[in-house]
Amino acid sequence: MSPVPTNAAVAPDGPPRARRLSEEVRHGLGALLGLLLLCLVLTFLSDKFFTLDNLMNIARQSSVNSLLALGMLLTILTAGIDLSVGSVLALSIMTMGVVVVQWQWNPFVGIAVCLGVGTFLGWLNGLMLTKLRLPHPFISTLGTMNIARGLALIVTGAAPIAGFPEAVQYVGRAFAGPVPVSFLLVVAMYGLFHVVLTRTATGRYIYAIGSNREAARLAGIPVDRVLILVYTLSGLLAALAGLVLVGRVNSAYPLAGLGYELDAIAAVIIGGASFFGGVGTVWGTLIGALIIAVLRNGLNLLDVAADLQTVVIGAVIIVAVYLDVLRQRSRKGA
Amino acid sequence: MPLLGMRNIHKAFAGNPVLRGVDLAVNEGEVHVLLGENGAGKSTLIKILTGAYPKDQGEIWWKGRAVTIAAPIDAMRLGIAAIYQELNLVPHLSVWENLFLGQELRRVKGFPFLDRRTMRRRAVECLRLLGQDIDPDVPVSRLGIGQQQLVEIAKALVRDAKLIIMDEPTASLTDAEAEQLFATMHALRSKGVAFLYISHRLEEIRRVGDRVTVLRDGQTIATHDVRRVSAETLIEQMVGRKITEKYPKKPFVRGAEGLRVENLKRKGANHAVSFAAYQGEVLGIAGLVGAGRTELARAIFGVDPPESGRIYVFGEEVHIRSPADAIRAGMAFITEDRKREGLFLDQSLSFNVAIANLPAFKRRALLSPAKIRETAERYMRELRVRPFNCSLRARNFSGGNQQKIVLAKWLCTQAKIFLFDEPTRGIDVGAKVDVYHLINALVENGAVVILISSELPELLGMCDRILVMREGRIVADLPRGEATQERIMKAATGGMAE
Repeated sequence: MSPVPTNAAVAPDGPPRARRLSEEVRHGLGALLGLLLLCLVLTFLSDKFFTLDNLMNIARQSSVNSLLALGMLLTILTAGIDLSVGSVLALSIMTMGVVVVQWQWNPFVGIAVCLGVGTFLGWLNGLMLTKLRLPHPFISTLGTMNIARGLALIVTGAAPIAGFPEAVQYVGRAFAGPVPVSFLLVVAMYGLFHVVLTRTATGRYIYAIGSNREAARLAGIPVDRVLILVYTLSGLLAALAGLVLVGRVNSAYPLAGLGYELDAIAAVIIGGASFFGGVGTVWGTLIGALIIAVLRNGLNLLDVAADLQTVVIGAVIIVAVYLDVLRQRSRKGA
Repeated sequence: MPLLGMRNIHKAFAGNPVLRGVDLAVNEGEVHVLLGENGAGKSTLIKILTGAYPKDQGEIWWKGRAVTIAAPIDAMRLGIAAIYQELNLVPHLSVWENLFLGQELRRVKGFPFLDRRTMRRRAVECLRLLGQDIDPDVPVSRLGIGQQQLVEIAKALVRDAKLIIMDEPTASLTDAEAEQLFATMHALRSKGVAFLYISHRLEEIRRVGDRVTVLRDGQTIATHDVRRVSAETLIEQMVGRKITEKYPKKPFVRGAEGLRVENLKRKGANHAVSFAAYQGEVLGIAGLVGAGRTELARAIFGVDPPESGRIYVFGEEVHIRSPADAIRAGMAFITEDRKREGLFLDQSLSFNVAIANLPAFKRRALLSPAKIRETAERYMRELRVRPFNCSLRARNFSGGNQQKIVLAKWLCTQAKIFLFDEPTRGIDVGAKVDVYHLINALVENGAVVILISSELPELLGMCDRILVMREGRIVADLPRGEATQERIMKAATGGMAE
C-alpha cells in the first residue's frame, strides 16, 4: 500500500550503522569509562589491586549483587521497583537450610525449594501489583520485604544454619580454573537476559510498559502478565543470589541480604537505567555492579574503614546520576 | 495613538530567523487577534513583548513613547500581562490569596504583617468587575478551568494591566465556559483594557475580536477589521497559498458490512448504541465534546469493556474484553491523545512502529532488528516521515510526524478496521493532507474507516456518511449528500430529531 507517492529524495539507504549502534551503547559507555578509570587509579594506589587473585576475588564478591541487580533492572525498566530482594534471598536460603540440613533431604531438592520459594514470593509481588492494584510496587514489595524477613527469622528461631552439602555449595564456592563459577553464572544470566530484553517480544514489552503503560495496553500488550513475570523473575534471581551466598559463606543466616536491595538499585542506576522506566541495559547494570564491587575492594585494600566506604558509595551514586543528567541536558541543547 | 506599537521586530535563534519584520498595533480597549500557523512566530513575538526574550532589532512603543522591555518586570511595570494555557495559580490557596500572590499588601510597610482585609475587599471589587460570581474565599482547586482563567484575568487587573495577552484560552474550555470568557472580555473592553488574543480557530475570531493581524513565516501579512474580512482570505494569508484540495476526497463504492455494533451499552451509560460501517466508505462520527464519541470507540476497542451488546466483524461475532482482543479481531484505534496513549516517547521510531505486532518480526525464535528496521523505513517513506532516521527517539519528531509514527504502528498490525479519533488535531496543514491521503488508500484497500472529529469541515470533506451523537446516543445518520454544517449542529445540540 502506498498512500502517497514515494519521494526518493528524502529516502537514502538508511541511517549510518555507527550512529544506531552508539545510541544503544552510549548509555553504558560512560559507566564503562568510569569503571576503567577507577581500575586505573586503584592500580596506581595499590600494588595488590591488579593481580589475578584480586580480580577474581572481585568477580566472586560482585556476583550476589549482580544477580540481584539483574532482577532489579527488570522491575525498574517497567518503572517499578523490588525492595524485597534481600529478604526474599534470606527466606529462600533459610527454607533450603531447613530442608537440606535439618531434614537431610536430597540437596537438589533443597536447591529446587530455594529457587521455588524465591519464585513464589516474586509471583506474589506481581499479583499484588496487578490484581490487587496496589498503587506502586514500592508499597507491595516493602510489605513483602518485612514479611519475608520476619519469616526468615521465625523459621529457625533466628539461629543460623551451617553444614550444607557440597552440591548446594558448588555454585558459590567452586572455581573453573582461576574463574569463580558464580561469576560464570552471572555472565551466563546476563547474556541470557540481554537476548531476552532485546530480541524477544516479551523483552520489548518490558520497555514499552516502562515507557508508557497506557499506550502499551492500547497496543494490545498483556501488561499484567508481563509485570507478573518481571516480579517473578526478580524473586527467582534473588533466590539464585542466595544460593551463591550460601556457597561462599557456607551457612544460611536470617539476616542475610539485609540492605542488599539498595546496592542492587545503586548498580542499576549507576549503570545508566532511568528510574522512571523504559531506559536501561543489562550491560550497564553489570558495569554498575562491578563499579560497586571494585570500589569496596579498592577501599579495603587502601584500609578505608567500612563506614567511610558507605559514604563514598553514596557519593558515587549521586555523581553518576548527575553526570547522566548533564549528558542528557547537553544532548537536548545540541 | 495606539496603546502598543511594535515596529519591524526581528529575532533569530542560532542564525535561524524566526521573526523577520513584524508590525503590530493594538488600540486601547480592543480585542486584537493574532492569527498564524504553528511556527509562524506568534509565541516568539509574545515572549519578546513579555520580556522573556530580547529582540534583535525593532522598536516597541507604549502609549506613544518608545520603551525597552529587557526583563519580565519591565513588561509588568508597563501593564502587560500574559495568560498562558498552563495557568499559574496555586491550587490550595484561596482566590483572593492568588490574586495578590507576590504583591501582598502589608499593614505597615516593611513589616511582615499582611493586610488581609484590604486585599480581600479589593479582590471582591476586581471579581465584580469581571461580572462573574466567584467566591473569593474558596481554594482555586475547587474552580473549573474556565473560572480559573477568569481568576488569572483578575490577577492581571490587580496588577493594573492595560494589555492582557491570552494564548489560545479556549483550547481547554467547554463552549459555555468560552462564552463566559468572551462576555468578561467584552465587559473589560469598555473599561479600556485591551486584549491580544492568540488563536487559530477561525470561528472564534469573529465572535471575540475587533481586529486581526495575520502572521506568516515571521512577517506581518496584513491587519484587518474582523467584520470586513472573509474566512477564505484569512486562510489564504495564513497558509500562503490557495488550498485547492484541503480535503482530497475520492469517490468510493460501498461494499460489504465490516463492523456492526448492536446495542452496545457502556458502564454507567443510559443508552445503547447500534450502527454498522461498510467497506468502501469513510464513516464519520460528529458530536459535541462529551457526546460520548471517544467513549464509544474505547468501548468497541475494549479499552473500557462495555456492559452489554454485540460486535460483529465482517459478519462474525467477536468478543472483545481488552485491546488485545480487538487487535486480534483486526481493529486499530488511533487515539485522540497521541502522547499519552499512542507513543513511547523515549523509544526509537522503529520500536514504536513494531511494538503492536512484534511476533511478525521473528526470524526463527528471535526478533530480527533488520526486519524491524526495513519495515519502519518502508512506512517512513510512504508516510513521508521526517527526519528519515528510524533510530531517533519518538520524542524528537514534530507533532505531525509523531502522528504518522502512530499510524505506521497500526498499519503494521494489518488491521482491517480503523477507528480514528481526532487524527489531525494539532498537526499542520501538510501533515493533515497526508493523513487524508492515507485514509483514502486504506478504503481503497478494503479497510473500514471510522473517523471521529470535532472539525465539521473535515467530516463534511472526507466522509461518505456521518453519524451524529448527542448524550451518548446516535441521533442522526446523514449520507454525504444530505450532510450540512447546520444539520449536524442541529442534531448535535438537540435542535432536530431524525
